Amino acid sequence: MSSTTVTGDGSPTRRVEADLWSGHSRSLAFWEAAVTIGLILCAAITVLTTIGIVAVLSVQSFEFFTHAKVSLPAFLFGTELKPDAHPPKFGIVPLVWGTFLVAAGSSAIALPIGLLSAIYLSEYAHRGVRAVLKPTLELLAGIPTIVYGYLALLLVTPTLKRLLEPMGLRVETFNALSACIVVGVMIIPLVSSLSEDVLSAVPRGLREAAFGLGATRFEVSTRVVLPAGLSGVIASFILAVSRAIGETMAVVLAAGMRPQITWNPLTSIETMTTYIVQVIGGDASYGEPKYLSLFAVGLTLFAVTLTLNILSGLVLRRFREVYQ
Amino acid sequence: MKPNEAARFHPDRWIRRLCGPLFAATCLLATCTGVVVLLVVLGSIVTAALQGPPENPWTAIVPNWSELLALVRKLAAATQSSEPESTGYRVGLAGSLWLLGLVAVIGIPVGVGAGVYLEEYAPPGRLRRLIQTNIANLAGVPSIVYGILGLALFVRAFGIKALALGPTLLAGALTLSLLILPIIVITTQEALRAVPQSLRQAALALGATRWQVVRDHVLPSALPGILTGTILGLSRAIGETAPLLMVGAAGAILRPPAGPLDRYSALPVEIYNYAREPDRHYQIVAAGGILILVALLLTMNAAAIVIRNRFRRYHHG
Repeated sequence: MSSTTVTGDGSPTRRVEADLWSGHSRSLAFWEAAVTIGLILCAAITVLTTIGIVAVLSVQSFEFFTHAKVSLPAFLFGTELKPDAHPPKFGIVPLVWGTFLVAAGSSAIALPIGLLSAIYLSEYAHRGVRAVLKPTLELLAGIPTIVYGYLALLLVTPTLKRLLEPMGLRVETFNALSACIVVGVMIIPLVSSLSEDVLSAVPRGLREAAFGLGATRFEVSTRVVLPAGLSGVIASFILAVSRAIGETMAVVLAAGMRPQITWNPLTSIETMTTYIVQVIGGDASYGEPKYLSLFAVGLTLFAVTLTLNILSGLVLRRFREVYQ
Repeated sequence: MKPNEAARFHPDRWIRRLCGPLFAATCLLATCTGVVVLLVVLGSIVTAALQGPPENPWTAIVPNWSELLALVRKLAAATQSSEPESTGYRVGLAGSLWLLGLVAVIGIPVGVGAGVYLEEYAPPGRLRRLIQTNIANLAGVPSIVYGILGLALFVRAFGIKALALGPTLLAGALTLSLLILPIIVITTQEALRAVPQSLRQAALALGATRWQVVRDHVLPSALPGILTGTILGLSRAIGETAPLLMVGAAGAILRPPAGPLDRYSALPVEIYNYAREPDRHYQIVAAGGILILVALLLTMNAAAIVIRNRFRRYHHG
């Protein structure tokens, strides 16, 4: 900067300096404000999306309950779903049951396998092995769900037939068990990568202290590291269940579309997501009860997954061990 | 410790020595399921694409690469027809590429913008926490719910005819853009957080404005991370089927879309339609389509992982 003494009456020196350093020029201030507003709008869109989802689902569900003359208890506790019958019956219980069956079955597969592989990756694997295995699991997470659905038809169901039919069990082409298997495999990467993040974050000092007391690697993993990272592991479990509940294409192709309440996993069932696809793929026209029912089912699905996601966040925060 | 408890402790109990290796082996086995599944997925689809669903699905035959390439080329070039021998994915592939381009133009600027706002502009406080929680929850919303939103908001516009887009490419792209928004915001934020604070302070000390700091220093430094998130988001958008079924990507479209307001079909939707057919010949076609889709996605995801790993090494010395 110039060393000329600046007097108070707007000397030329001052003007030149202001031109060189355009820190307070008007166009710059304008751009600054415009960019800020633009960025705020971008952030607002994320909030508007949530508001939009809630508004669309509740407004159309309200329309369903008033137009179709279905009472809320009849919808929530009705055990029959016959949208094409006269009069139509819209009980959501068969769909909730089917969803529960798929979520429970796939969790039974994914949670143990996911947790064990998280422990392996964080406690046992050498650096080189980890560098190969972790990206592979991530690639697995990138396979679209329609592929898993096709795989159920191509590979899983024929294999189940081969294994179970000699034992006298009837396996339907669309069955809940094969949906459980493919959805379970699908959510393994979710469990393993989230749990592994938490387990790796457990401080080294804890492990070293346990090793110093003579604990084996097994004991360190299961009695020191796992309890320390438990909140994260449980949070990942809840997220995985939520993902299984919201899964659509794999279930459509694997489990079919027959709403029924059954314990037999070898028959076809229908989940909430499948019902939505069925209605939209069918011939229901805009505004009729069957069409509107998809919004009521969608609202239920959204409420359940949102509750689980919030629960997962709470568990992660509430029960986190804090290390300093 | 009570005396009887101390007496129970034997450091050399056989069960202790047995448990360790057994547990390690189990864990390794569990980890390998992922790799095995990936190989089985690819192997069985390649086999099915070449020969149809095999009688015994576990006997994978070493694929003939030139035959496979010829098949993929044929499927990518042919338009849909009622004969399984001559049908193909040209229309769906064109639709998916259109969607990819539109989502890149619509979704990515908004997502990166929201991430920059939250990380660089938003004052810490209640509002910022609220937006942050909201984005975390959006990331967990099932994709079919986004489909319902797109159906009511873009396709039908709540019944307002003048605003309704109908089942057009643009409606599909807007829906997918909302779907991948949380992914892009979250990865952008992570990338921005990894930029050292000293970089911002140095630029600010030299008199740069906030936007100049972000545009000239923070964003270029965070670019690899943002790129990774962007690719992951786009690959998610390409592979989605359920929301596109909701917003009306039809199966029976016989020509590629001419513009954003044209009707369209998408690769995963066409695959779904073929996979539903009981005819075994259509199963071969579906497998071929999946091969194209998976090849596209795995390339994109692998690129994202490579970029991210390089980036990490760079930042941690």
